[in-house]
Amino acid sequence: MLKTFKIGGVHPAENKLSAHKAVEQLPLPKTATIMVAQHIGAPSKVIVQRGDEVKVGQIIAQSAGFVSTNIHSSVSGKVMKIDTVVDSSGYKKNAIVINVVGDEWDESIDRSTELVTDTDLDAKAITDKILAAGIVGLGGATFPTHVKLSPPPGMKAEVLLINGVECEPYLTADHRLMLEKGDELMVGTKILMKALNVNRAAIGIENNKPDAIKHLKELAKKYEGIEICPLKVQYPQGGEKQLIKAVIGREVPSGALPIAVGAVVNNVGTALATYEAIIKNKPLIERIVTVTGKSVANPSNFMVRIGTPTSQLIEAAGGLPDDTAKIISGGPMMGKAVSNIEVPVTKGTSGILIIKEEEGHRKPMQNCIRCGRCVSVCPMGLEPFLLMTLSEKNTWDKSEEERVMDCIECGSCSYTCPANRPLLDHIRYGKMTVGGIIRTRK
Amino acid sequence: MSASLIYTIITISSIGITAAVILYFTARKFYVYEDPRIDDVEEALPAANCGGCGFAGCRAFAEAIVKDNSLDNKFCPVGGNDTMKSVANIMGLVAEQKAPRTAVVRCNGTCEHRPKTNQFEGATTCAIMSMSYGGDTACSYGCLGCGDCTTVCDFDAIHMNPETGLPEVDDDKCVACGACVDACPKSLIELRKQMPKHRKIYISCRNEDKGGPAKKACSVACIGCGKCEKECKFEAITIANNLAFIDSDKCKLCRKCAPVCPTNAIQELNFPPRKVKPVVEETTKEA
Repeated sequence: MLKTFKIGGVHPAENKLSAHKAVEQLPLPKTATIMVAQHIGAPSKVIVQRGDEVKVGQIIAQSAGFVSTNIHSSVSGKVMKIDTVVDSSGYKKNAIVINVVGDEWDESIDRSTELVTDTDLDAKAITDKILAAGIVGLGGATFPTHVKLSPPPGMKAEVLLINGVECEPYLTADHRLMLEKGDELMVGTKILMKALNVNRAAIGIENNKPDAIKHLKELAKKYEGIEICPLKVQYPQGGEKQLIKAVIGREVPSGALPIAVGAVVNNVGTALATYEAIIKNKPLIERIVTVTGKSVANPSNFMVRIGTPTSQLIEAAGGLPDDTAKIISGGPMMGKAVSNIEVPVTKGTSGILIIKEEEGHRKPMQNCIRCGRCVSVCPMGLEPFLLMTLSEKNTWDKSEEERVMDCIECGSCSYTCPANRPLLDHIRYGKMTVGGIIRTRK
Repeated sequence: MSASLIYTIITISSIGITAAVILYFTARKFYVYEDPRIDDVEEALPAANCGGCGFAGCRAFAEAIVKDNSLDNKFCPVGGNDTMKSVANIMGLVAEQKAPRTAVVRCNGTCEHRPKTNQFEGATTCAIMSMSYGGDTACSYGCLGCGDCTTVCDFDAIHMNPETGLPEVDDDKCVACGACVDACPKSLIELRKQMPKHRKIYISCRNEDKGGPAKKACSVACIGCGKCEKECKFEAITIANNLAFIDSDKCKLCRKCAPVCPTNAIQELNFPPRKVKPVVEETTKEA
């Protein structure tokens, strides 16, 4: 019997169309648009000026606070402008636009592919270097990794979990990474273990990726303390709290962080970025992005420099099909439709999903029939129908009592609702408002 | 009359009398003194319970007035100066006179002026739409058209116009309670001084982008060129963040700013047609 989390969960069609496609390097863009806020927390402080020459890997925006991180240039060239550009949400955000000239890397970066299996840095030095390299959680939430590696006083990590679940349908970036960069991933995991001072790590992988499980199990023999944990396929297993429950059977209390049960979760992409930052001195300037969709001519996985426009990725995967209804940044469950095809890839972009016209629209909303399916699929044990009603009626005190802040926005409720009610839309609004109220209280 | 009926009457009456005695003494024991002026003030208020005064309802407003024994920063926009005068009489205070206000919607981005660039399929409230993304046009400052302002209005004073997709204020009904101002996530609704005959002249745009992108997104966007600012003799117009603003307290309704606007972003409402110039002459003489 395979492990999984116990409450709720759904199993949408997997549609992993690009699972067999090796990662290709995408050509450099003509201009790279690097957003200044690519992570959760304070936006970074820009330290370059218009007209400055930059190299690949040069720091262009500095961390502004503890929960913040550095941003590096992903290309070489000249800073064309520092201005607001429309991001994937349709709002204008600050960005650094760089005109790409050649591909000149910073001298400190080791570009060889030779595998180094150990580092002599201590825990503090590793954490500092991770901050310097601008590493954030690459699973999609983009939480700065150095914060996760610095447990609050009095708390101690016991186990490191590496998230190779990739429970979102369609996406295959992490799958390919595990297959192609297995050794680097293992070393990255060892480095993260050292930074946290733990001697146990587990890599959780859903068993719809048997090749990755087999490959990593083989490699794990060489690396002490790392176990591979195959998991039953169930969405949202990639959620931090669900993964902890599935792998080590502990439940994170409401409102607490995973560190409260002695666990720290990092994505496989983050582990690889850690390896590259510590061993090769390479900051986070590129990531794997899956470009996929049923109508896409050539669903692929690309290694993409941060700041590349989405349109270039779609072009590389065979162009935008005529019957496209939506372009989603991320997976179909948690991703967000983009309102502009020129939006740049950021550190959190895990996939570009193109949805056809016939599948691309919501069905008309009907009245709630009180079937309770949303309650039974909620992986956090909430009552989505109730939270939606409370949010509609602006009863925020009651919303807070009903633990709206525990919602992980996985979308299982909206996915499963037979009356097509926009549960998650309302719950998100409730979370935003209640979050604001809680912050003013402090 | 049967005996059982008599017993029943006696029993029930004695229960009633005992209860009355208990209730009388309990009421005396737990009597809470309440200033009778609270009731009087509440009586004088319009009982709309809209929250336009900033309190939870008319009763809460009356309690606050009596408790503070002052009328500073307390104004009932629904009742206006007349109501405040009668409240002041009850309290023996002097009410501050305020010019009546009315709501205006500062967006003129109809489908014609502001073409849609995408389609929104989420829950149809402005609050959620605004949280999710910039909106279904290239202008992320403009009206989203889901009508949050109309649902919060207690006075039936604001309606969506299906042709333009924008809300319109009914001046006769609007009491300037400010519910729609709070409901609009884009802060498009502004309370302005009520002018004679409900005449209004205002910048019908909140777009803070530079001229080029603003004009591209919406043909009637304010581009912050400053022509109206130069034209205004009363210093009523200021430009900040690529956006003009007409201060309704300084504006004399001379209408000179509107013709110079290159994008027709200045909206004139309830004025007689141009060429007939009584308004212009009157106000310039006064000035």
